[in-house]
Amino acid sequence: MNTPSDHSSLDSLRHRLLAVAQLDAPALEAEEIAVLGRKQGELTNRLKALAALSIDEKRTHGAALNAIKLEFETAFVARRAELVRGERAAEARDIDLTMPGRRGWVGTRHPVSLVVDEIVAIFRELGFAVALGPDIENEERNFFALNFPPDHPALDMHDTLYLDQGPGEVAAGEKLLLRTHTSPVQVRVMRAGPPPYRVVIPGLAYRNDPFDASHAPAFAQIEGLAVDEGVTFVDLKATLSHVARRFFGESVKVRFRPSFFPFTEPSAEMDVSCSICGGVGCAACKGTGWLEILGCGMVHEQVLKNCGVDAEKYTGFAFGMGPARIAMLRYGLPDIRLLYRGDMRFLTQFGEIGR
Amino acid sequence: MNVSRLWLEAFLHRRLDSKDVARRLAMLGAPVDAIEPLGANLGAFVVGLVTEARQHPNADKLRVTTVDDGSGTLFSVVCGAPNVTAGNKYPFARLGTVMPNGMTIERRKLRGETSEGMLCSARELGLGEDHDGLLTLDTEAAPGTPLTEVIEGGDERLVVDVTPDRADLLGHKGIARELAASFGGTFRLPDIANEATLDLPVPTRFGDEAPVGGVRIAIDDRDGCGRLLAVVIRGVKIGPSPEWLQRRLAAVGVRSINNVVDATNYILHELNQPTHAYDAATLRGSTLIARASKVGEKLATLDGVERAIPTGTLVIADAERVIGIAGVMGGRETEVTESTTDILLECAWFNPVRVRRARRALDLSTDASHRFERGTDRWGAVDAFRRCIRLIVTVAGGALDGPAVDCFPAPTHPPRIFLRPSRVAQVLGIDLSWTDIEKQLVAIGATVLSKPDDGRIAVDVPGWRPDIVGEIDLIEEIARLHGYDRLPTDLGAFRPGLRQDDAAWGVTSRLRTALASEGLSEVITLPMVAVAGPNAPRVLNPLSADHALLRDALVPSLVTQVEANWAMHTADVRLFEVGTAFVRTVAAAQPDEIVRIAFVVTGARRPAHWTDGGKGRAWDRWDALGLFERLVDLAHPAAKIQVDGMEWVAASADGATVGRCGAVSADAPLWAGSLWGGEVTVSLGQPKARSFVPLPVYPSVVRDLALMVKAAVAAESVTQLLMERGARNGLESATILDEYRGKGLAEGTRSITVRLVYRSGERTLTDTEVEQAVTRLRTSLERELDVTIRST
Repeated sequence: MNTPSDHSSLDSLRHRLLAVAQLDAPALEAEEIAVLGRKQGELTNRLKALAALSIDEKRTHGAALNAIKLEFETAFVARRAELVRGERAAEARDIDLTMPGRRGWVGTRHPVSLVVDEIVAIFRELGFAVALGPDIENEERNFFALNFPPDHPALDMHDTLYLDQGPGEVAAGEKLLLRTHTSPVQVRVMRAGPPPYRVVIPGLAYRNDPFDASHAPAFAQIEGLAVDEGVTFVDLKATLSHVARRFFGESVKVRFRPSFFPFTEPSAEMDVSCSICGGVGCAACKGTGWLEILGCGMVHEQVLKNCGVDAEKYTGFAFGMGPARIAMLRYGLPDIRLLYRGDMRFLTQFGEIGR
Repeated sequence: MNVSRLWLEAFLHRRLDSKDVARRLAMLGAPVDAIEPLGANLGAFVVGLVTEARQHPNADKLRVTTVDDGSGTLFSVVCGAPNVTAGNKYPFARLGTVMPNGMTIERRKLRGETSEGMLCSARELGLGEDHDGLLTLDTEAAPGTPLTEVIEGGDERLVVDVTPDRADLLGHKGIARELAASFGGTFRLPDIANEATLDLPVPTRFGDEAPVGGVRIAIDDRDGCGRLLAVVIRGVKIGPSPEWLQRRLAAVGVRSINNVVDATNYILHELNQPTHAYDAATLRGSTLIARASKVGEKLATLDGVERAIPTGTLVIADAERVIGIAGVMGGRETEVTESTTDILLECAWFNPVRVRRARRALDLSTDASHRFERGTDRWGAVDAFRRCIRLIVTVAGGALDGPAVDCFPAPTHPPRIFLRPSRVAQVLGIDLSWTDIEKQLVAIGATVLSKPDDGRIAVDVPGWRPDIVGEIDLIEEIARLHGYDRLPTDLGAFRPGLRQDDAAWGVTSRLRTALASEGLSEVITLPMVAVAGPNAPRVLNPLSADHALLRDALVPSLVTQVEANWAMHTADVRLFEVGTAFVRTVAAAQPDEIVRIAFVVTGARRPAHWTDGGKGRAWDRWDALGLFERLVDLAHPAAKIQVDGMEWVAASADGATVGRCGAVSADAPLWAGSLWGGEVTVSLGQPKARSFVPLPVYPSVVRDLALMVKAAVAAESVTQLLMERGARNGLESATILDEYRGKGLAEGTRSITVRLVYRSGERTLTDTEVEQAVTRLRTSLERELDVTIRST
């Protein structure tokens, strides 16, 4: 009878150990059973046979057998891992990696709200806080506080949607309307506390204009107001020129032209060089090379007074612009109505972030 | 305002380039919307001298001429005009010239004779209707001289966008004044061609009434009519206007009517002063009076429309009836016709407010009302009136019946304004010298009265600038004429404002980002809708019935857009909007405005992918609930979601419904998928403060339970009970993993698989402990909810 650690038999086990690295999957399984199997495994049997040996023999043979058992276990695990890797690699060789990936829907922001966000962000860099106000205003804040005389032709520009307030007289200035511009928020800001004011006001404005390619009855506007001691027309030009360059790019040219608004004086329109023709003149800029972007001016003394601000001490500027128009220019949209239709084919052209 | 370039040239006595004019006017605040060429562009034509003209050998009506065009080469030109004469000069079109009718002049043979160019008539050049023969040039200019240097060439019409404050720019004189300032030059009134010599003293000043030529002139409404000038001209000969006058009017788009009416229209467009000529013979009771209309008065206006005049309207009347709506339109019965021989010419200053009111009430806008509404020059009216008289007598003859009269019952002067140079600097941010300031004020026609020794300058504002009423208006003029572009653009120091961002801004931004990240697309819809709840505010003057109400919810607007997408055969639609809903609370009080966020989804949950055979899963109610839960978390963290029928609602702490989610009905095509939607009111409170929860130290033990749940028992009550009872034994979470109904289960019973996660903060839980905890839960479930555990 062979002793459990008989040299020749250990040698044969060592040969089998070396051979493990070459076994294929079924042979590996068979060999594992043959060597380590709980019932008939060769090593199992030998380890069982140790029980019959003397203490000294147990010590010598036992250590050697346990060492080789550990080596077998390691070899089986390694070989099995190697076989799995090989199998996977073989599988991978058959995969066509040019097949399309699995994606979710890409959500999008509305082009106008992207423009609003971007412009508001630039103003916030310049210390402007966001102020908001209600869409329904009274005549006093929408017109009279802003220096619109009750019968001035400027009201021609503002064909206004009024609210049905039911039967009965409505006190002067208390008629409710859908604000024709975001400017009444200026009034609210100024009446809420003393200067300095530095606010940017995004919001909807309404006009009694039916839809056409360039008009909508309700449209986004961004308004702004900066009032403090020593705020001048130069600050207005500097601030708005800076914003224009941040938004349209450093190379954009900016010009200011005199204009008229009841609530500012001096008043101006800001033009930027036409991005479509580069200033040569095209249909978008009516051949002038310039695009009208915003109206602005020094807050009219009367408006400051109407809002309880000392017009001798404080001066300031205000501005207003139409982000829909800017979005139309930026994205080359031919018709403002596209912005209101919710057509997925249109909306999904605008990424979640950026331009 | 239509402006003729040639008319401006006559004012400024210099050649103008329309594009340059447009640029200058834009920088002065009156942008030019369009430049429209009138007649031909004559730049290509030159003076041609006919050195020889002989009969065409093969055609009776043609001549063969030799033309010297100054180039050194003589050209043979065949010409059909009867008046061609050797030694005369005519407009000559060289080979290659494009004629106004689009034809290009080419070398060609006419009955065997070569023609190398064309001699032109006035009509061929677009200069008039005379086609009888060539336009003979009476000039010393050498052959080859550009035609435009010899004759007044083709005109251009500039469509000027005049802001409502600038009444003075509604006449050529006002535009010319601006351009003169821009050029640094001067301007003067153009001469009237062949002006009649006329003894025309300054009209005699009267108060409320005056006699002129046998007619009584009176102002009976001083508020409406501040000044009324009149004259009677007898023996006029009504007929066509001279060609120059017709051409001026045509250039600004006014139809020629007759010499007298044309003269008044000319003055209107030149000096921004409307005047009106009445046929003196038609005036009843020899009276012309400016008064307020009485109840029930009517007038057939010049346009042939019979109009009822609102009581109190400012009108012109004779002794018996209204003959004109002051400042708007005259009457048909008193108009100047071919048979008119005597006219009464009236020139007035009407109150802009009264004219505006009349124009609105009658819905009748005219060149005159446009100008009176914006404010005419009540002091300059005298000069305009006298020029009009001269022009009428020049073009229509006649003689004044007595001196003209001037009713000016309450004479005033243009305002005097005091200007502080320090204020100019405070507003504009630049220091302008006194000389610069004075220069700009003089350019607008103001009179600067004193040097600023007391720190103030007294400025008399010109009468044609009713918009200038205070110091700030003068500062604007100074900035405007100095040039906005000359101001620096360097950013200076500023104090930040003291407000923080409006609370709605941050939360709506987060919501937009959240829904876009879920794959939805943001839309903007109109807040005006056709259908809404009973408390939706109503628009008094809606664009149409489709826009008569202000919406009280956003989802219906989104549904409309989904339907529009379906109409385009788009099946996969995912929309969201952040917007305002309006709710009327008490009649006549300002409606509440509620910021809301809403979404709708239909079609595929994901884009089709080859791994699922292109059959992606559709959006279902659980997707909708998931979106709704996320929105409520962000928009209204304090709200709880509850089941309400087949929908979910979000209820705030006080029990108010602040959101709703579920299936949405729509006008759907057969192929469309289910439509799901939700809407949440955005709470403007600050977001919840968060604090750190220490990370677990000990491992968790997980047990999945299959529970047999009776139909009447809600899953939520099962998980709630589990959490309530299990917490003390370390139950960290109870999550529903699966639901099974059908085969193998008793009628009305379903199996729900719940994953329980146990963890202790103090030690590793043993299997035994967890077994015991689950056993306790089993008892609670059975006793309280009649739920049994099928397996673990």
